[in-house]
Amino acid sequence: MKKLAIKAENISKQYRLGEVGTGTLSHDLNRLWYKMRGKEDPYLKIGESNDRSTKGESDYVWSLRDINFEIEQGDSMGIIGKNGAGKSTLLKILSKVTKPTTGSIKVNGRIASLLEVGTGFNPEMTGRENIYLNGAILGMRRAEITRKLDEIIDFSGVERYIDTPVKRYSSGMYVRLAFAVAAHLESEILIVDEVLAVGDAEFQKKCLGKMGEVSKGEGRTVLFVSHNMASIHNLCNTGILLERGIIKNYGCIDNLIFDYLKDKKALVDLFKREDRQGNGIIKFKNIEVDIYISPLNDVNAIFTLVLDNKFKSATSNFKIDVNIVNSLGDTVTQLSTDYSSKVSVINFNAEKVIFKIENFNLSPGDYNIRLYLEIQNEISDWIENALSFSVPEFDIFSTGKILNFGYGSFYLKHDYIIE
Amino acid sequence: MNTEQQIWTEEIKSKESLFSVNLKEVWQYRDLLLMLVKRDYVTFYKQTILGPIWFFIQPTLTTLVYVILFGRLAGLSTDGTPQIAFYLAGITVWNYFSESLTKTSTVFKDNAALMGKVYFPRLIMPLSIVVSGLMKFGIQFTLFLAAVLYFTFIKQTIQPNIWVLATPLLLFLMAAFSLGLGMIFSSLTNKYKDLFFLLTFGIQLFMYATPVVYSMSSIPDKYQWLVLANPLTPIFECFRYGFLGSGSFDPSSLLLSSGVTVLVLTLGIVIFNKAEKSFMDTI
Repeated sequence: MKKLAIKAENISKQYRLGEVGTGTLSHDLNRLWYKMRGKEDPYLKIGESNDRSTKGESDYVWSLRDINFEIEQGDSMGIIGKNGAGKSTLLKILSKVTKPTTGSIKVNGRIASLLEVGTGFNPEMTGRENIYLNGAILGMRRAEITRKLDEIIDFSGVERYIDTPVKRYSSGMYVRLAFAVAAHLESEILIVDEVLAVGDAEFQKKCLGKMGEVSKGEGRTVLFVSHNMASIHNLCNTGILLERGIIKNYGCIDNLIFDYLKDKKALVDLFKREDRQGNGIIKFKNIEVDIYISPLNDVNAIFTLVLDNKFKSATSNFKIDVNIVNSLGDTVTQLSTDYSSKVSVINFNAEKVIFKIENFNLSPGDYNIRLYLEIQNEISDWIENALSFSVPEFDIFSTGKILNFGYGSFYLKHDYIIE
Repeated sequence: MNTEQQIWTEEIKSKESLFSVNLKEVWQYRDLLLMLVKRDYVTFYKQTILGPIWFFIQPTLTTLVYVILFGRLAGLSTDGTPQIAFYLAGITVWNYFSESLTKTSTVFKDNAALMGKVYFPRLIMPLSIVVSGLMKFGIQFTLFLAAVLYFTFIKQTIQPNIWVLATPLLLFLMAAFSLGLGMIFSSLTNKYKDLFFLLTFGIQLFMYATPVVYSMSSIPDKYQWLVLANPLTPIFECFRYGFLGSGSFDPSSLLLSSGVTVLVLTLGIVIFNKAEKSFMDTI
């Protein structure tokens, strides 16, 4: 049996919603009154799961509820989940920034957490002075920093500016220097929040490489939060999937990513949409987009259009378009019945149109759908912005790398030879 | 099969006993304290060209105002010492105390960005404030020292005595007292913001309950206990007695004030320690 690095038991975290105002004092007094009589905190019982989209009954929500997990030494664990699932709260508790409402965490080894790069950097101080300050904040001793100073400066690649105040740095240099300090922490456990979103592609690669080295090479335990499934897939061997403050799934990272991305299903009811054009003989009732990874690690997609059909006759003279529009408003591509050589007939029986796409190679990002239905050369239904969906960062190339930002709206799987 | 015992070096719990203050950990982070003080020092010099000079201007002007207001108009006794030296002594010491207290009391608010992102023993932060404050005190103290030398050797109106050597102790007591008091307030203002307004206003009033602009001898006997109940009184009296050789000073009262200071500091640490665990959720 391998030794554990972290063992979390029944961690919960409750937050009070709304403003901290007059209610605070009365609740505090009430709490004190219960405590004096030896009773349990009355506000711990109330509270609901953290679903931000619905209006709740109570002022208290559970941001995390009954979280249990173990991490073995040398493991690297990815924490995944949607926004508001409780990832950051969990990291904050683990890094002792805030304490859990209930439960306990047992830790073996020094924890260094990197919830933000460059915490405590002082703009007036030089790069060198900031290395010492930031290192000290992260828990390093002065002698330790001095020993590693050259290595840190070298890693950061800002040697030339090292005796210049950091307020003169470009934001990229700033991040480089900050990450360099953190990467050289001597701790048994490293906690990293999504800090790599900053910095250029080259440096991101370097950081990911350094982190991989840390967990694989030096046997350190790493906890990593990211929305980037490609880097999670590349870095972590185990993980937990959070959903509304509870653990939905945990274990092997591949299964979790599959589970998480499986959820990338978007369904929108179009029945009540008024902003549509056309004679309405056949209308779109709802649309569902399902993007998933095939067993061959390809991304596939299924678009299902459910129809509200009042068509009395039958015809093969129809056209159904699904236009995919990117966040800049450009139509990226079009799916259409028009491109097919198939001769189909639409009649009163028609309920659904299903488009299946293999190798759905759109680059990660948000997209919108424009729906268009034409029957016997007349517009029957036409909806702009019918549904928006996002394409997640799949590990397309199986290397943990995704298409560099700004380098294209779709990707091509490719290979190269050097001759 | 490895039967090696699982060891835990640390446990993060939801509830901890009131006295679980980890002073050992504070000691481990002593380099951070030094770096924070250095940060304050560096930013203080780099900000303006006039930087340090401002610290001369403020006490000089305040002293002039006091000389006119309390010395000339109100005619308060300064125990026969030159008014400038008398008020300067009070102001120098008071500035250190009031600044340490105000800054410590907002330590959570001022450092929320840092404390919300990384863990370190929170006690380091108020400690660094009190230590950094010594820097400003040092500058103002040289101004005061210049005045003392002037009045001792050129005017020959004052006679410093051996109690001058007690200055480090007085400073230490004042640092400890403002630290303790500040930490108590920091924990409360964190949750109830109203208290900060009370504090800024309270400090001004507190100055008049401390012999800053007057000496103990000018207080009617029946109100003496009121001023003596203030643990700062013996510190101010001892400071003036040492440097200006005037006033009444009772060493036993200094002992009493030390006792109160230790009490306030302990209470401050305990309350602060409790508040720091959850301040991020309430700030």
